[in-house]
Amino acid sequence: MSDGRRTIAERAARELVAGDVVNLGIGIPTLIPGFLGADTAVFLHTENGLLGVGPPPAEDEIDPDDIDAAKRPVTSVLGASYFDSAESFAMIRGGHIDVAVLGALQVSAAGDIANWAVPGKDVLGVGGAMDLVVGARRVIVTMTATSSDGSPKVVAECTYPLTARGAADAVITELSVFRLREGMLHLTELLGEASLDDVAAVTSAPYVVALETG
Amino acid sequence: MVGGFGLVGAPLTLVDALVERSDATDLTIVSNNIGEPGRGLGLLLRQGRIRRGIGSFFTSNPEAVAAVNEGSLEAVLLPQGTFAEAIRAAGAGIGGFFTPVAAGTLLAEGKEERMIDGVLHVLERPVRADVALVYAARSDELGNLWYRKTARNFNPLMATAADVTIAEAGEIVPVGCLDPESIVTPHLYVDLLVRSGR
Repeated sequence: MSDGRRTIAERAARELVAGDVVNLGIGIPTLIPGFLGADTAVFLHTENGLLGVGPPPAEDEIDPDDIDAAKRPVTSVLGASYFDSAESFAMIRGGHIDVAVLGALQVSAAGDIANWAVPGKDVLGVGGAMDLVVGARRVIVTMTATSSDGSPKVVAECTYPLTARGAADAVITELSVFRLREGMLHLTELLGEASLDDVAAVTSAPYVVALETG
Repeated sequence: MVGGFGLVGAPLTLVDALVERSDATDLTIVSNNIGEPGRGLGLLLRQGRIRRGIGSFFTSNPEAVAAVNEGSLEAVLLPQGTFAEAIRAAGAGIGGFFTPVAAGTLLAEGKEERMIDGVLHVLERPVRADVALVYAARSDELGNLWYRKTARNFNPLMATAADVTIAEAGEIVPVGCLDPESIVTPHLYVDLLVRSGR
C-alpha cells in the first residue's frame, strides 16, 4: 500500500472505539482492520447480510456462501450473525450502525458526499452507498486529497451526482483531518509532515482552521 | 424476480433452465445485479430476452451496462436498501414507504418527496413480480426454507413478493428434519420446489 493510503487508514482506525459496529466500504477502508489494536475489537457489518466479519480465509478454506459486499471471500467471528438484505438495511437506515467508513469522489464544504457516479459515465451502480451515508450514526470519508488528475476532492460544491447531502461527519486524507461542525468543514489535524499551506493548496472548499493539539 | 447477491445465493439451476428450455422473452428482471458476463442472468441478457432490469448494481456486468447504453435494456436503479425494502413491502401488502435514502439525489427524480420530522423523504413503491426464483441451501418437502451464510440475501424477501415462487434447494429433506425455529421462509410462500443441479 502507498504511504498516503497507509496514513489515511491508520488515522481512520483511531476513530473507532472498542465495541463499535462498523461498516467498511471498498478501497482504503478495507485496510483499517490491519491498524486496529488488540484492545479495539469492533464488529464489522457487511450489507449483504453478516454482522461479525472475520479475516479473509486461507485459500483452501474459502466458503463460496461467505462473502462481503465487495464479493470477496470472508470468514465470520464467534458471535457473528447472518440475516437477509431487508434486515441488513434496516440496521443501516435505522441508525444501528455506529460508524460507516467509505471512500468518495468529492466531499463539499457542507459535508455533501458524491461517491457513486461520475457524470458522462455509467450511472448504473449505486449499491448500498446512499443507504450507508444516510443511516450510519457517524460517517467517516477516507480519500486522497486529490483525484488522479490532481484536482481537489474537498470542494466548495460537489459537481458529481450526490450520494447524500450533509452526510459526512469527518474527512480523512493523507494530509489532514476535517470535521463537520455546525454544517461547516473544520480542519482539526495535520497528518505526517503536512503543513497548513499543503492542505490549502489541494482544498477548494472553504474551511475553518481549528487545529487541536495533542 | 431472481435472488442472489452477485452469483452467491442465485438460483442458477432455475436460471439455466430459463435460458435453455423456455422461450419467455421481453422479461422484466428484478434482481440486485444482472448476473455476470455469460453467467446466471448474464446468459439471459446475451439472448436479448431482458427488456427491463430493476436492481441496485448493474455495473458488475459490463454487458448489462453496454445493453443500457445501446438502448436494448431499460435499467431502473434503486439504492440497495430501498430495493430490498420495496420487495419486502410488496410481500407484506404495503402500498409504499417514505425513506430518507436518495432524497435530493438523481435517484429521487420524478418521485414524491415529503418532509417528515424535518428530514426530506422519498416515496418508494413496492416491487413485486409474477414469478420469483429463489435459492435455499435446504428445504423440507413442504417447502420450508433454510439458508446458509450470505447466500440468504434477497431470497427470503423475494419468496414473499411474487404470484408464483419457485424455490431451488441444495438439499431436500423429509418434513420434520428442519428445526422449526430455524426455518426462515415458511412453506406457505413456496409454490414449487426444485432440487438444485449443482
